[in-house]
Amino acid sequence: MTLEYLQNYWWLLVSVLGSALVFLLFVQGGQTMLLGTRSDEDRSLIINAMGRKWELTFTTLVVFGGAFFASFPLFYSTSFGGAYWLWMLILLSFVIQAVSYEYRRKPGNVLGTGTYDLFLFINGCVGCILLGVAVSMFFFGADFTVVKSNVLDSASPVISQWGPTHGFEAIFNWKNLILGVAVLFLARTQACLYMINCLGSDPKFTASLRQRALINGGIFVVFVLWFLAMLLTAVGYTAVSNAYGELEVTLTPYKYFHNYVNLWWAGLALLIGVVAVLYGIGRTVFDKGFRSGIWYSGIGTALVVMSLFWVAGYGDTAYYPSLADPASSLTIRNSSSSEFTLKVMSFVSILVPFVLAYIAYAWYSMDRKKLTPKELETDHHY
Amino acid sequence: MNDLMTVVDWSRWQFALTAIYHWLFVPLTLGLGVIVAIMESIYFKTQSQRWLQITKFWMLLFGINFAIGVATGIILEFEFGTNWSNYSWFVGDIFGAPLAIEGLLAFFMEATFIAVMFFGWKKVSPGFHLASTWLTAIGATLSAFWILVANAWMQYPVGMEFDPAQMRNVMDNFWAVAFSPVALNKFFHAVLSGWCLSGVFVVAVSCWFMFKKRNREMALDSIKIGGWVGAAGILLTFATGHSSAVDVARTQPMKLAAMEGLYRGEVGQELVAVGVLNPDKKPGDSQDVYKAKIALPYGLSILANNDPNTFVPGIDDLIEGIELTPQGDTVRTVSYAERIEIGKAAHAALRDYDAARAAHDDQAMKDAEKRIREYYPYFGYGYLDSVEEAVPPVGMTFYSFHIMVIFGGWLLCFFALVLLAAYWKPRWYDSQWLPILAFLTVPIVWVCSEAGWITAEVGRQPWIIQDIMPNKAAISAISASSVITTFWLFAIVFTIFLIAEMSIMWRQIVKGSKMKIS
Repeated sequence: MTLEYLQNYWWLLVSVLGSALVFLLFVQGGQTMLLGTRSDEDRSLIINAMGRKWELTFTTLVVFGGAFFASFPLFYSTSFGGAYWLWMLILLSFVIQAVSYEYRRKPGNVLGTGTYDLFLFINGCVGCILLGVAVSMFFFGADFTVVKSNVLDSASPVISQWGPTHGFEAIFNWKNLILGVAVLFLARTQACLYMINCLGSDPKFTASLRQRALINGGIFVVFVLWFLAMLLTAVGYTAVSNAYGELEVTLTPYKYFHNYVNLWWAGLALLIGVVAVLYGIGRTVFDKGFRSGIWYSGIGTALVVMSLFWVAGYGDTAYYPSLADPASSLTIRNSSSSEFTLKVMSFVSILVPFVLAYIAYAWYSMDRKKLTPKELETDHHY
Repeated sequence: MNDLMTVVDWSRWQFALTAIYHWLFVPLTLGLGVIVAIMESIYFKTQSQRWLQITKFWMLLFGINFAIGVATGIILEFEFGTNWSNYSWFVGDIFGAPLAIEGLLAFFMEATFIAVMFFGWKKVSPGFHLASTWLTAIGATLSAFWILVANAWMQYPVGMEFDPAQMRNVMDNFWAVAFSPVALNKFFHAVLSGWCLSGVFVVAVSCWFMFKKRNREMALDSIKIGGWVGAAGILLTFATGHSSAVDVARTQPMKLAAMEGLYRGEVGQELVAVGVLNPDKKPGDSQDVYKAKIALPYGLSILANNDPNTFVPGIDDLIEGIELTPQGDTVRTVSYAERIEIGKAAHAALRDYDAARAAHDDQAMKDAEKRIREYYPYFGYGYLDSVEEAVPPVGMTFYSFHIMVIFGGWLLCFFALVLLAAYWKPRWYDSQWLPILAFLTVPIVWVCSEAGWITAEVGRQPWIIQDIMPNKAAISAISASSVITTFWLFAIVFTIFLIAEMSIMWRQIVKGSKMKIS
């Protein structure tokens, strides 16, 4: 296993975790649907459907962060330390989520059920939009420099320097927000599909979910097409390190379009993914007996997200372009861990299928019997 | 104070705040998870409805605590990136691995099976449910293992070498990182202290049932399990505490000196059991160290080296580079002034390397690299302006260490009493004094547990990586106002959630005391 092979492998794993995270954001999407759901029983069903999966999304976020840290520490150092407010707001929204399910209906919860539901709503909106913003920066860049020799300057030792607004500029960049909004409406659509799959509730609620899937799915399609149009026409950085570790960068028009063509498997994944998402949403909306839309849409989402990571990182592309100093941009070559660490981590990653297997088994065991309002009266619930 | 130091200090405050809050909940998760699993195992074997009710009651309290533990934990991992970004690059190659493994192998296990544990009673078989409860407890413990491996590595950096081309450290021995003696001692010490804390919690809540004359049998059953888990926890915490002290003496002698307020060491060094420090005492001056003390002869030599006739260096000895043999002969070690010089030479060599690399001068790069390797063990001292900077806050380290040990001693007595009463004198629980003693022990065990971490973390200052990188070189280039704002945000949010958690717990305990047990 060469270093280059290991870097490619770990970028692939990061893309798998990122795609799993975006799929699992249906939990956040479901939380945003509390607004606009008037019936207490329907609200309770939404909360309890999402509440049995929230920890999986939360954990995937943590593992995504941990895997990125272990495999591409220069990204962790540059992005988290630089876009401070972007990440802090994401984290804060997950902090308030973590207690809300468990505490919302417990007596003595101090803040009242409405406040905890508001926390869930905030996490749903902020989590989806800002994670979309964070991923969009992989294409549209950020205002930073990396000078490793700064570590020897006692007065100002930080190697990654960022603009003065520390992430707010990324949040208020309309290009980034378009992907953020697309992720939000994708998550809401998938929440509808997931609930149609796991709830054994009344036809009226299911019908309303199908209707909401249509509206949210429509908005998602508009925004994601907008984002893809921008992406495919964007100028990207072709970046190659020389023998002395210096990055030589060329600005390449239509970089990501070329990447999709040259990395044909990424283009294929994008196409299959888009079709699968549209099929999952479309058939759920128009075929009243169809409940498996979440799996088509989920797998499609995963393929689309993975393809985005692939065109961002593979093909000598800078996956974190620096607008202030192109030579400071991050590539999977110049930001990765050492060959030794990547190799150790690769051995650990052999256990991933085992982890996925027990998650799938537990998911199957828990969702085999559909969740009903009756169950909420008798068993442990949120 | 300049802006750099303001950012460093507030980043430290923020990390301390989040870590202290997190550790309020984690030990209870670690111990209560095991206790609940034991209770469910009894239910599984006996099929007694009473044990099912007991299990579900404690499981409910576990869930309330778990949620806030998760909420406070997520910040800690990401703070290494947000607030300590230089650190994340400088040693991310080593430090990132245990965090990733924790998430992959432990956190997923916890998150997957906790859902089965709470919602699966009627959805999965009893055997699968019991397995899920144990796997939740094991997942929490494995999670603690990898986090403590990461923490131990900061205190005892092994299994790595410096790569001047990338200006960072890279791992060269994973097993040395994962199974260093410091990591193993830290793991057992921290996890078993969680068992002890949870034992106190279970006994105290059960004592409240006794105090109110409600569900006596359930309370007594819970006390027995909590008592045994707690007693095992405190005994093994003491054992691993001793081996941790041996590690500290070997790897962080300055921390050990601060823990004891020791400025001038001796062969056959006494151990100060209780003492009041002179707050005006500074390194190098001739003032008395203590206002008052009670000491055990030879105690520190035995604690640190398992041998009463060994020398334990004090703060001034370490700064000056002096050790004594048992015969009283002076041995020279590397003084702190020399360490600073060597550290600065390492920085200069790295600068030369960087310049040679920019000029593509391979020979000059090789020459510089040789010097870097020679001086690297003291690289971090190159950032220090004076030897005093390398001395941790003695007062806080000394008092937190002594609080931990004294309170730990009380916990040993407490569990002896709890088990004695549970098996031979159950009527003691019907009187008021034993329940009241249990209530008073609740704050004691939490303070004891936090004091342990304060000793470990304050005592290693100023290092984020022992001898290699001080805090002030590890930070992010963010404004002080940003860190101050997030500090207060977290302080407010966590405090509100803590109040909510305690209030919910209290209501559930009251409800549990009134439930009808089969």
